[in-house]
Amino acid sequence: MSNLVSIEGLTVTFTGRGKPVRAVDHVSLELEKGSVLVLLGESGSGKSVTLRSLLRLHPEKTAKVEGRIMVDGHDIMGLSKDEIGAVRGRTVSMIFQEPMLALDPVYTLGQQITEAILRHEDVTPEQAQARALELFEKVQIPSPERRLNAYPHEMSGGMRQRAMIALALACRPKVLLADEPTTALDATVQIQILLLLRALQRELGLSIVFVTHDIGVAVEIADRIAVMYAGRIVESGSVADILNSPRHPYTRGLLASRVERAKKGDRLKTIPGSPPDLTALPPGCAFAPRCELATDACRQQVPALVRGAYDSAVACIHA
Amino acid sequence: MITAHDSLVNDPRDRGGPAQSLLSVNGLIKHFPVKGSGFFGRGGVIRAVDGVSFDIRKGETLGVVGESGCGKSTTARLLMHLIQPDRGEIIFDGEKVGIDLPLAEYRRQVQMVFQDSYASLNPRLTIEDSITFGPRIHGMGELAARTKAHDLLSRVGLDPSRFAGRYPHELSGGQRQRVNIARALALDPRLLILDEAVSALDKSVEAQVLNLLQDLKADFGLTYMFISHDLNVVRFMVDRVMVMYLGTVAELGDGEAVFAAPSHPYTAALLASMPKMDPSERTMKAPLTGDPPNPINPPSGCRFHPRCIMAEPVCQTILPPLTASAAGSSQAACLALVPQSGHSLAAGLSMPEGNA
Repeated sequence: MSNLVSIEGLTVTFTGRGKPVRAVDHVSLELEKGSVLVLLGESGSGKSVTLRSLLRLHPEKTAKVEGRIMVDGHDIMGLSKDEIGAVRGRTVSMIFQEPMLALDPVYTLGQQITEAILRHEDVTPEQAQARALELFEKVQIPSPERRLNAYPHEMSGGMRQRAMIALALACRPKVLLADEPTTALDATVQIQILLLLRALQRELGLSIVFVTHDIGVAVEIADRIAVMYAGRIVESGSVADILNSPRHPYTRGLLASRVERAKKGDRLKTIPGSPPDLTALPPGCAFAPRCELATDACRQQVPALVRGAYDSAVACIHA
Repeated sequence: MITAHDSLVNDPRDRGGPAQSLLSVNGLIKHFPVKGSGFFGRGGVIRAVDGVSFDIRKGETLGVVGESGCGKSTTARLLMHLIQPDRGEIIFDGEKVGIDLPLAEYRRQVQMVFQDSYASLNPRLTIEDSITFGPRIHGMGELAARTKAHDLLSRVGLDPSRFAGRYPHELSGGQRQRVNIARALALDPRLLILDEAVSALDKSVEAQVLNLLQDLKADFGLTYMFISHDLNVVRFMVDRVMVMYLGTVAELGDGEAVFAAPSHPYTAALLASMPKMDPSERTMKAPLTGDPPNPINPPSGCRFHPRCIMAEPVCQTILPPLTASAAGSSQAACLALVPQSGHSLAAGLSMPEGNA
């Protein structure tokens, strides 16, 4: 099996207060070793919830997680607390949108990285420090010796994002989970971080699951794209397939409404309505109320994700 | 047929005629002291806006782009008089704001829509009350204000019978932003400042709101200042564009011309940083390294020189003035465009790829 990550029938239901919310509904995914999978979707599509499930980051009391998640031979759902702790950082690691929240403000970056290495590996503090320096060089932080002694607030946004990537790579994980890591960055910095991730992926043979709402970012980083809507995958395929021949009406609508291809002053093609309320999903296809192809059959039954040619799949009876 | 231009010229509030810019900004400066740095209070100052001049022509959409710290939002807040400039003047339709034109009258004619649609609305007021609030403060009767609010709600695509009595938390982000637009229009403004107004919306909703903004502009004869970090949206929306960098204007000119052939090296790098839309044409090299510098103690001379591929020693000392580009379609603040500036590209050449 060359699949490093495989998710089968993942369903996540939040039962905090009020009505239970099914944020992810029967999602199945596979990630090949050394490739980049982008989960593309709007707010509430379930992309981040899916990502967090891979590290079992949802609170057990308020989130019901069903299905099966295998990562590099580990059955994530079946692991004990200690075992999942060993997987986090070592097999699977994660970077976030806001490094200020992910980094500890009262320790220097060097302290945080060496701590992570010492926690997982049997090395001396000196060896850990040497590795931290190596990591800072790898993520292309200028004057890395000096920056290791810096606190997170002393760095610029782009440098903090690089430092967080270094921290995530500290224990040589096989899978890197990225939750909109470039969304808060300026355009000229965003492209630097995307290129860095691509370079690291090639160099270290990393497999990456990357969550974004931005089609342009997906194009720059993805090998494969899975488009999510209302907690389900509606279409998946290679980045070229999705961009050049989208099959699901939602994907088509999303690509058609892009301003990038429109001429100034044109009316943009739009998808009518707004993303659905997850507490009141329609019985059939969640996109049916906004879809111009919708028929009675769409409104009655959730369409299955059907595999097509070239490892693509689409969940639409009209595609 | 009544075009947007006719409705502008026939506007009874028009003072200066079609050739007069709706808004002129001259030498705007705003520095913020840095709090708590330095024992004797000799911290630095943030040069948020540092000598910015531009015009907004009647009926146009002026786009403002730039990265964090470039001063685009501070400029918008200065224009709204939400904060006071240290220096510089704002002229609205030929009249000096605060001198010839009273502030209350100016504020009625210039309205703003912000990025955060929820924070912009009072959570305890119904949608209808939020929209009627401004007109009633400015002296409109209750019944007239309510009629107007209902009319505006339907103009922005929200059925007043369903939405007028709702509270902000009962609406989606796209619907709330429509309410904010309706509220901004309630005082019949002539200039609408849209500060990242669609940035927080989902892509499928963003397209709807952009269409709405284009319709409203034609219907109400509006002029827009459209601030955004999203260059694709700006290219689509604007007539002219202003590119800002560290509190100064880097380039200002015709939108299509600037996007097709930028004259300032920063504009060129910014455009080249946009993610590509074709997977076979991915970006191979980042156009710029490092982050935008901090506006506290910005670099001397041309503020862009530490990151610029065309930088020469002269760029460290001379602050470049806005100068017409070779094609004449924009003005850029780059010494390579200034004759006899001492920059090696200054004589005759407009861009480095020529025969440098």
